Amino acid sequence: MNTTGLKRNYTPDTYKREHNEWEVVIGMEVHAQVVSQSKLFSGARTVFGSEPNSQASFIDAAFPGMLPVVNSFCVDQAIKTGLGLNAVINLESRFDRKNYFYPDLPAGYQISQFYSPIVGPGWVNVHLDELRTFSLRINHIHLEQDAGKSFHDQHPDKSYIDLNRAGIALMEIVTEPDMRSKEEAAAFLKTLRTILRYLGTCDGNMEEGSLRADVNISVRQPGATLGTRVEVKNINSSRFTEQAIEFEVFRQIEIIESGGRVDQETRLFDSISGKTRSMRSKEDAQDYRYMPDPDLPPLILNLDRIERIQNSLPELPDMKLERLQKDYGLPYHDAALIASDREIAAYYEECLNTESKKHEGKVSGDKAKMIANWFIGDLFAYLNKANLELKESKITPAHLSELVNLIYNGTISGKIAKEVFDLVWSSGESPSKVVKNQGMQQITDSSAIEAAIAKVIEQNQDKVQEYQSGKEKLFGFFVGQVMKETDGKANPQMVNEFLKNKLSAG
Amino acid sequence: MQNLPDLTLSEARQLLTSKKISATELTAEFLKRIEAKASWNAFVTVTGDLALAQAKDSDARLARGDARPLEGLPIAHKDIFCTKGVRTTACSLILANFIPPYESGVTQRLKDNGTVMLGKTNMDEFAMGSANVTSHFGPAVNPWKPKENPTQNLVPGGSSGGSAAAVTGGLCLGATGTDTGGSIRQPAAYTGIVGMKPTYGRCSRWGMIAFASSLDQAGPLAKSVKDSAILLKAMAGHDSRDSTSADMHVPDFEQAIGQSVKGLKVGIPSDDWINECNDDIKTMTVNCINWFKAAGAQIFDVQLSYAKHALEAYYVIASAEASTNLSRYDGVRFGLRAEGRNINDIYQNTRGEGFGAEVRRRILVGTYVLSAGHMEAYYQRARKIQSLIKQNFIDAFDKVNLILMPTAPSGAFAIGERQDDPVTMYLNDIFTVPVNMAGLPAISVPAGIDRRGLPLGVQLIAPGFQEEVLFRAGHVIESSSRFVSWHEKGAIS
Repeated sequence: MNTTGLKRNYTPDTYKREHNEWEVVIGMEVHAQVVSQSKLFSGARTVFGSEPNSQASFIDAAFPGMLPVVNSFCVDQAIKTGLGLNAVINLESRFDRKNYFYPDLPAGYQISQFYSPIVGPGWVNVHLDELRTFSLRINHIHLEQDAGKSFHDQHPDKSYIDLNRAGIALMEIVTEPDMRSKEEAAAFLKTLRTILRYLGTCDGNMEEGSLRADVNISVRQPGATLGTRVEVKNINSSRFTEQAIEFEVFRQIEIIESGGRVDQETRLFDSISGKTRSMRSKEDAQDYRYMPDPDLPPLILNLDRIERIQNSLPELPDMKLERLQKDYGLPYHDAALIASDREIAAYYEECLNTESKKHEGKVSGDKAKMIANWFIGDLFAYLNKANLELKESKITPAHLSELVNLIYNGTISGKIAKEVFDLVWSSGESPSKVVKNQGMQQITDSSAIEAAIAKVIEQNQDKVQEYQSGKEKLFGFFVGQVMKETDGKANPQMVNEFLKNKLSAG
Repeated sequence: MQNLPDLTLSEARQLLTSKKISATELTAEFLKRIEAKASWNAFVTVTGDLALAQAKDSDARLARGDARPLEGLPIAHKDIFCTKGVRTTACSLILANFIPPYESGVTQRLKDNGTVMLGKTNMDEFAMGSANVTSHFGPAVNPWKPKENPTQNLVPGGSSGGSAAAVTGGLCLGATGTDTGGSIRQPAAYTGIVGMKPTYGRCSRWGMIAFASSLDQAGPLAKSVKDSAILLKAMAGHDSRDSTSADMHVPDFEQAIGQSVKGLKVGIPSDDWINECNDDIKTMTVNCINWFKAAGAQIFDVQLSYAKHALEAYYVIASAEASTNLSRYDGVRFGLRAEGRNINDIYQNTRGEGFGAEVRRRILVGTYVLSAGHMEAYYQRARKIQSLIKQNFIDAFDKVNLILMPTAPSGAFAIGERQDDPVTMYLNDIFTVPVNMAGLPAISVPAGIDRRGLPLGVQLIAPGFQEEVLFRAGHVIESSSRFVSWHEKGAIS
């Protein structure tokens, strides 16, 4: 396994200019809201979208004499995240106060982990596509509180504050500057989101702000020392990440090529214009006066606790991707799509489980592929069209597995299966029940098929003669007529075989 | 019968349980005295109706045999403990209108033990001071007067000055205080009572307004060592809402009273800095050593060389913590809000008007020592000194069971004295501060009278969570010194 970091099996593109070649260097600080029913230090609830200030306790509002108590579930979540990112878990970490005044920061300081974070160095593999992968180093992860929200647009001369978010646990996941293109940055953010969702430590909901990134961007000539970086704050989608990087790369190259110097500063991304603009320069940076929080003793972990969490880790996307390809021979595209989301993967694997129970633990590669086709091809299309989520589907994994078996054992044809699928989708009844109720079983009774063929030949003597005199493409016409005669239920292989015999014998 | 306000807490407990007096009677008597002695400014809030209602409930419980350990005993709380529905100000203008919607851990325990709350006592603003002169409500007055100048108003010490004046002056049976750098022990010494600063973590800090979180610790101010033991037993105990609270068994401290000190090893610091006190204090210390010897204790020299620097390190650490602890007083959610055109104006005006000079000074010092470029030179160096002081005590306690030294370098001084130069004022804490820096328990017991006729206190220091030895040894000093308390002098009129 790669534990030393930065490796890629391809060469990233550079930006070529008339005289120079430029490389972009990107690092990220990702703020991930921890999935937890209560806040990091107060025990208050964390339901999103609640009435303003209904999820704030006296601790969150920093009333006199109120004290923080660390929520051990949130600590477990951070450990889990660390383990999921192949990181070192620090047996002793500490909480510090980051001091600044703002009305939505009630205590006048944010409790964070500045000097000794809970999670140390780690790494993560990122796939850009089937052929290109790179690995990126995680510098550390620390736990901290979120701030509340200020509203300045609700009243002409008043500001409002909602402390529901104040004190919610965040993990700040800090990477090394290991990314070399906007594509890599976007892919990392997606991969990280997938891992966090697999772990159940962050819901990854970027619109609600559960996952947001500060992106550090600099440019240099390949091989040169790192350039001056600019931090672009609060980006909440992969697409915006790419836009912000693209904009910054061009801005910075332009500055340097025209003889200027890039200022170390914090910039904001405007998602409407796709541009970044200066927020504050390094000189204006606040002095946060970090100091150990005297209300919180060091956070001491024991190995048992870490081991227990390690044992509870689910199979992670990278491993799943590999296993789906190896064990079932799924093509990369299918496997990557299925592994990209824990719910999707769970659904698919439930299909395989049903299948495996039915067949003494064995799932053949062609069945796995058939299930994948119906899942990705048909079910996804239906879900998209109806704008539904997977968990809302009336078609269960057992249904899908059963449908594939009905095709596989010849009970229905692939064509009839589409109709069955449609009926299962709308009724929620099992495919076999639908087939039975609708009389959709394939006709495999040879006398019935022969009778239908006889009838078609009888009614189309002229076409038979044409066929027999060499117009062989009429064969399809006869197949169609026989299928029509049997309401599409005749076994297509049998029809083919019998027809061929009959017509050539004629 | 004895004058009711003269009673110690344990005497009153005896009279209540034997039904010789009622809680209502006792409470009414104290309320009357509080009113009569309003000039001492010991209380900033008197909760008469509440106290009488509690007393009535206590009498009912006593009558039906359902009494709790401290049933019906009227006490007072330093105005730093949040009391549900009762204004709690830390004696600062910035909190002058603050009514907490919750009860602090310590006052809740005392309430659950059956005590009656008479009111909230005066203190230095946010506990920052050694003379109770920084209070927004004006200074508290020490009931003791110098022989040569019986009209002169002396400080009761600080920051728990109101509690100390109230206890010594017979306005309550005992009181709560907090001690960050000596704020229980030094006022106890200045007013001739017993002040106990328990081990850090012994009492809950939940609901106690923070000054310097790593040093703040609640404790009792009482008329006797026994009263102190009884009150601490009721106050102490683990509180899961305070992450620094110790999950340790709380012994029945009262059992320690009267136990022998024979064979106990008492350490006396031999460092030069210990001599930075007046001759009366030196005499008192010698007397204490002799009393211990007479009681069978053994005396040893110990070295606390780094404790010499405790004061400087303390003012860095305590101010650093205070500067961030007090950031929450911003006029946004509670307390004073001054007008302003924008949020920065509101902050500046609220904090400028709401905090007094000493609090502002410490916020500035604390902000400075934590700022970029100064953090290492000040805050981190102070933390290093702190760990050296802790090691000093650890080494000393390898040899001895407790350490004896003065509580303060002098007796009480006049209100207005030492106010021009904050550093001179800070020197009052030279003997008490090392104990907070090491998180240890210590008790101040009255041990003599200076040439002005004013009380002096001796300080006993023990290893962490060994308060029992302090009560045991403190009681020996108390019985040997034959110290005549303020009320025993016949001062109660």
